[in-house]
Amino acid sequence: MRRNVIESIQGIEIFPLISLVIFFVFFAILIIWVIRLKRKDLDEYSKMPLEEDEPHNQISNIDKKNKEVDHE
Amino acid sequence: MATETFYYDNKIVRNFAQATLIWGIVGMLVGIIIAFKLVFPEFLGGIAELSYGRLRPLHTNAVIFAFAGNAIFLGIYYSLQRLCKARMWSDTLSKMNFWGWQAIIVSAAVTLPLGYTQSKEYAELEWPIAIAIAIVWVIFGINMMMTIYKRRVKHMYVAIWFFIATFVTVAILHIVNNLVLPVSFLKSYSIYAGVQDALVQWWYGHNAVAFFLTTPFLGFMYYFIPKAANRPIYSYRLSIVHFWALIFIYIWAGPHHLLYTALPGWAQSLGVVFSVMLIAPSWGGMINGLFTLRGAWDRVRKDPVLKFLVVGVTAYGMATFEGPMMSFKNVNAIVHYTDYIISHVHTAALLWNGGLTFAMLYFIIPRIFNTPLYSVKLANFHFWMATLGTVIYVIPIYWGGVVQSLMWKEFNDAGTLMYPNFMETVSHLIPMYFARAIGGTMFFVGILAGMYNLQKTMRSGSLISDEKAEANAAEFRADRRKGGSFHRWLEASPTQFTVLTVVAIMIGGVVEYIPTALVKSNVPTIESVKPYSPLELVGRDIYIAEGCVGCHSQMIRPFRSETERYGEYSKAGEFVYDRPFLWGSKRTGPDLHRIGGKYPDSWHYMHFMDSRSTSPGSIMPSYPWFLDRKINLDEVPAKIRVLQRLGVPYRDGYDQEAVADLRAQAEEIAGGLQAAGFEADWDSHMIAVIAYLQRLGVDIKASPQATSE
Repeated sequence: MRRNVIESIQGIEIFPLISLVIFFVFFAILIIWVIRLKRKDLDEYSKMPLEEDEPHNQISNIDKKNKEVDHE
Repeated sequence: MATETFYYDNKIVRNFAQATLIWGIVGMLVGIIIAFKLVFPEFLGGIAELSYGRLRPLHTNAVIFAFAGNAIFLGIYYSLQRLCKARMWSDTLSKMNFWGWQAIIVSAAVTLPLGYTQSKEYAELEWPIAIAIAIVWVIFGINMMMTIYKRRVKHMYVAIWFFIATFVTVAILHIVNNLVLPVSFLKSYSIYAGVQDALVQWWYGHNAVAFFLTTPFLGFMYYFIPKAANRPIYSYRLSIVHFWALIFIYIWAGPHHLLYTALPGWAQSLGVVFSVMLIAPSWGGMINGLFTLRGAWDRVRKDPVLKFLVVGVTAYGMATFEGPMMSFKNVNAIVHYTDYIISHVHTAALLWNGGLTFAMLYFIIPRIFNTPLYSVKLANFHFWMATLGTVIYVIPIYWGGVVQSLMWKEFNDAGTLMYPNFMETVSHLIPMYFARAIGGTMFFVGILAGMYNLQKTMRSGSLISDEKAEANAAEFRADRRKGGSFHRWLEASPTQFTVLTVVAIMIGGVVEYIPTALVKSNVPTIESVKPYSPLELVGRDIYIAEGCVGCHSQMIRPFRSETERYGEYSKAGEFVYDRPFLWGSKRTGPDLHRIGGKYPDSWHYMHFMDSRSTSPGSIMPSYPWFLDRKINLDEVPAKIRVLQRLGVPYRDGYDQEAVADLRAQAEEIAGGLQAAGFEADWDSHMIAVIAYLQRLGVDIKASPQATSE
């Protein structure tokens, strides 16, 4: 019984067209979002992982031979 | 300005780190054992619980769910707290997540060697464990989402988006693919049969790779590369496109695992198109990760964390290039069923998942123990063993896979197969299998060095269980003002963000799943295909328990080289009583779909006792326990009843007659064997498995006219 629900899909030709529309809309909206984002906000977001400044977070794995450890 | 003080939970991070290391060693050791079993088939032989077929799912489950799974929790519990400027919401839930997950792993490590399996790849665990996985996963999800709600920063950093997508998608995939009807405490039958089961399984299998082994690790890439390089991410805009495009497209690509099978053509084409499209977001993400290192490449030379990250992201790029290429039907025709796939998987698993996991471990452990790494030299040694070990692992098998496939397909001038004996193609592979085992062992030595190094590091420092942190709450509240762009609002709204993520992944899932699950005309029925007899059904369950599907496919593709070798190609309608489907994904041995009637029962008897007596050069282990182990007759009526409920047309009351029928058929086979000089009890596993094999693929010969409605 469960199988008969969409047994006869009428107008299945429209499916590819719907798919194209879904995709076009999805990516169009995505691109618009991305373009509208402000530079300032983006810079702020992309620095988020770097915000901690506790001293032990500066522990480095740099080899002891290369002591010119670089923390700018 | 009020500053709030709070503490990060580092203890849970340490626990997950230890679990990652321990299970990584266990999982990879099992991998090495089965790699050597392919070279020396009787290595650890004669013990059912240690046979190749049973250990292979243990290896895959251990490295995916135990090693990578614990690494996912490790990375999320570390980075999420810091990105949210908040402690994990509930210490109790954190602990339940940890101990629950370890209990699941232990139960998997016990049940898989004992032969309790659903046999669907990466979804082998039987229903009680599958339910436990769902519960623990939801506990993790609640803990994560509540931490996100309680965060002290407005914006959700891109890594968190990947974590959210991981949580919701894995939950959906896991539940849909594990819908079964239990027969007993550790045995069940899938509610899907044949083609539908295959489609659901590979929709799951492909997206388990996507949302368990890819999205969380992309989140780690977006967190740990900036941390380790001390540079912000190359392009935040690109990361937004990367995220949405990746999760939207990935979910459609599952059918590329089933090209040229009996799956409906439209579903195959859909899978190909989306797999090819996937290269765009995948490479966009890889480029974003690697470009973050611009101006910091000198550090890659010195820092093992960055080395692992760079090689990991590069391996991700290689694997996500290969994936779309292998989805082209003409390429797939060559590489599918071969060891090429195994190499593809290990490039990604060892270097991408492994590399990022080790990078995280080398990054996190010194920080939460407030001490420098015990030995950078040893970490560099680990890095080189991992990288070279992987190279030595994958290259021979890439090569071997293609060579074997071409041998399978080669015809001579007379128009017959050049290598009609499957064993000829196997013996060519043995040196490559050996090289693979060596490469795997090198990788394993690397992880042992890593284990030692990290334990020493932990000893030399002391764990900062509760790490003090501060956040300016007032600033956060002031920042909660409305306004800005839609995406800005969305990135600050976890609920809406999660809903939209679900919508994005559901579109592809629904389009693929619903028509196949519901439209009857997708599976043309064949009049002569009948349900399995009780003995064959029991034999089939033994075939499942022994993990035969790990080396033998039951799906003959419509190529001349395959119909010549195996017989008539497989039709969708032949699998309507297969719960679960057993098409397989790898042919270490030959396809078995038309094995029925090909050899006498006595041939199978000898082949199981010593495969090399009938097939010189075979690398199949022997199955002496088939003679000692008895069929559990008590379970047979329950099996019949469950299958009746699932729609298999056994007549009413057949469950009460099934055992008698089983005995009659078994005694006939045992009698025939005895006449040929072979002793086997009628209720031994041997008889049931032979009955099943002799049934395989013969129904269609009864009446050749297939009715397609």
